[in-house]
Amino acid sequence: MMRRLLTTLSLLALSALAHAGPAMEGAAEKQPLNLHAIGMFLIFVVLTMGITYWAASRTKSAADFYTAGGGITGFQNGLAIAGDYMSAATLLGLTAMVYTKGYDGYIYMLAFFVGWPCILFLMADRLRNLGKFTFADITAYRLNQGKVRTMAAVSSLTVVCFYLIAQMVGAGQLIKLLFGLDYNIAVIVVGALMMVYVTFGGMIATTWVQIIKACMLLFGGTLVMLLALSQFDFSYTKLVSAATELHANGFALLTPGNLLSDPVTAISLCMGLMFGTAGLPHILMRFFTVTDAKEARKSVLYASGFVGYFFNVIFLMGLAAILIVGQNPQFFEGGVVGGKLIGGGNMVVMHLSQAVGGNMLLGFLAAVAFATILAVVSGLALAGASAISHDLYARVIKKGAATEASEMRVSKIATIGLGIVAIGLGILFENQNVAFMVGLAFGIAAAANFPVLILSMYWQGLTTKGALAGGYAGLVSAVLLVVCSKSVWVAVFHNPEPLFPYEQPAIFAMPIAFLAAWLVSKMDGSAQARAEMEAFEDQFVRAQTGYGAATAASH
Amino acid sequence: MSSAVYARIRENPKFQELVVRRSRYSWFLSTLVVAIFYGFVMVVAFDPKLIGSPVAEGSMWTIGVAFGLCMFIGFWLLTALYVHKANGEFDAISQEVVRAAWKEGK
Repeated sequence: MMRRLLTTLSLLALSALAHAGPAMEGAAEKQPLNLHAIGMFLIFVVLTMGITYWAASRTKSAADFYTAGGGITGFQNGLAIAGDYMSAATLLGLTAMVYTKGYDGYIYMLAFFVGWPCILFLMADRLRNLGKFTFADITAYRLNQGKVRTMAAVSSLTVVCFYLIAQMVGAGQLIKLLFGLDYNIAVIVVGALMMVYVTFGGMIATTWVQIIKACMLLFGGTLVMLLALSQFDFSYTKLVSAATELHANGFALLTPGNLLSDPVTAISLCMGLMFGTAGLPHILMRFFTVTDAKEARKSVLYASGFVGYFFNVIFLMGLAAILIVGQNPQFFEGGVVGGKLIGGGNMVVMHLSQAVGGNMLLGFLAAVAFATILAVVSGLALAGASAISHDLYARVIKKGAATEASEMRVSKIATIGLGIVAIGLGILFENQNVAFMVGLAFGIAAAANFPVLILSMYWQGLTTKGALAGGYAGLVSAVLLVVCSKSVWVAVFHNPEPLFPYEQPAIFAMPIAFLAAWLVSKMDGSAQARAEMEAFEDQFVRAQTGYGAATAASH
Repeated sequence: MSSAVYARIRENPKFQELVVRRSRYSWFLSTLVVAIFYGFVMVVAFDPKLIGSPVAEGSMWTIGVAFGLCMFIGFWLLTALYVHKANGEFDAISQEVVRAAWKEGK
């Protein structure tokens, strides 16, 4: 079965290559077929398929499928978290942001980074000690299983779907540009590979795809940075003085611009990025793959080290690109320096790699970008599938009476279902502006998942009714605020003025969620509520000591 | 996973001590990180000029970049510090408490 699928898949990749030829002239944005990039990407696919084949033989139980049997080490998991967290948008978007806006990009990256230490200090131990397969295991630990899990699954799936669509559309556009492949073929290839990794290899394959991708990303980025810096004798002073002389903003390049001109937007954005990270289901799930709380802590240490390092690499690449890409007519449409970059603003890092390392390095970095998308969508699909199979099917529909085999079957069907939905919506949204979807995913994660999760771990007084009120209030308010903001109300629905003046919902939606959870819990005087509060005592001991926590399967 | 073991752990004064010390430690570090970062965001919002000015006359290092880099490194060192302390000292107490509760039950 597996072997047949691999053959079909390599055929698909080959036919994709053959198809790309004639359709090439049609689209304006599409670049000539990039053989270096495709060659290197095929090597990545063959390698990860081999790993999936190996992982499939080791994925026997539900624990293997969801959490790799809890046998991942802290270092491996740290790399995988970094791989999960640094999407293609990080590599392309943030470099482009530093290139055009200078210091604003650095602030953005700091906000992305600063959530990690807080996750470690306040959440990592408890996540590992209380969780098993999904984060709903924690929120539903002492509360009503059916209702709380349904809510967690609904908000997880909402986050996963929006994030998946954004990734798919981004993937299609990017691959069209970098590889010269047709948009639809690109989306189908990404979706198909994702389904193979997750259905056959489960968490083991997904983890290794992320580890390999993280290594490729770190290596590629470092190489481009070093080659670029060598042109400035590795001197930051030389680089900055040249860049500020050249850049349109002059020395203002390193002054915060209007991205964060008003404090409400600034703080709301930072809150969304910080707490959103701590509420993303595919990131939370990674904490259950390690042996114990010790390894969970170590994985955050490694992950934040890699993420922090790479953000500084991106900053240097962006600054170097101002000089190396920004002065070279070869990279501008019509050869006009200062005009539109070929392929659009996000291509800065790709042009930089070509300028400093030729077509070989460009090909490598393009393959890294493709691999990055694959790794992120695989993690998302696995998180979405486990919300369906572990939370909805096994606990809500079957009320805990489902056999392990049937639960795994459902998760595989769910993965394929999610893959098909992602491909379909990816194709449907080809020409839509999907930038708001990532913001929405982070907003919902921050306002619907995070408040209930943190309260269930820290506050004895939380009851089922309170958790439901908080979770749904956060979900609804985050969605409503984003729909009424400029990125949807004006950009998608073409209304003249937004109803809600801010782009970021977190600063408003999070307090609403906390307040609702607190108020409703306080008013809940039922016997059930009292029992739930009493159950906190045992939960607390387990959270602190790890006694009774899900243990690693021996491999 | 019996409730009796949990109850015995809970009654152990060492457990109480562990909880107090560890939570004090993690809240202190979190507050530190959040305060420094949001303090920085406030400066960004209200006095962006300061962020863009050089650390010393004629230097190419601006306050914003220098401070940002310090935050990257400093926050990461704090995570290392926490992991060191939690994986060493705190986990030792925690294991001791669990073992004691087990023995008592036999």
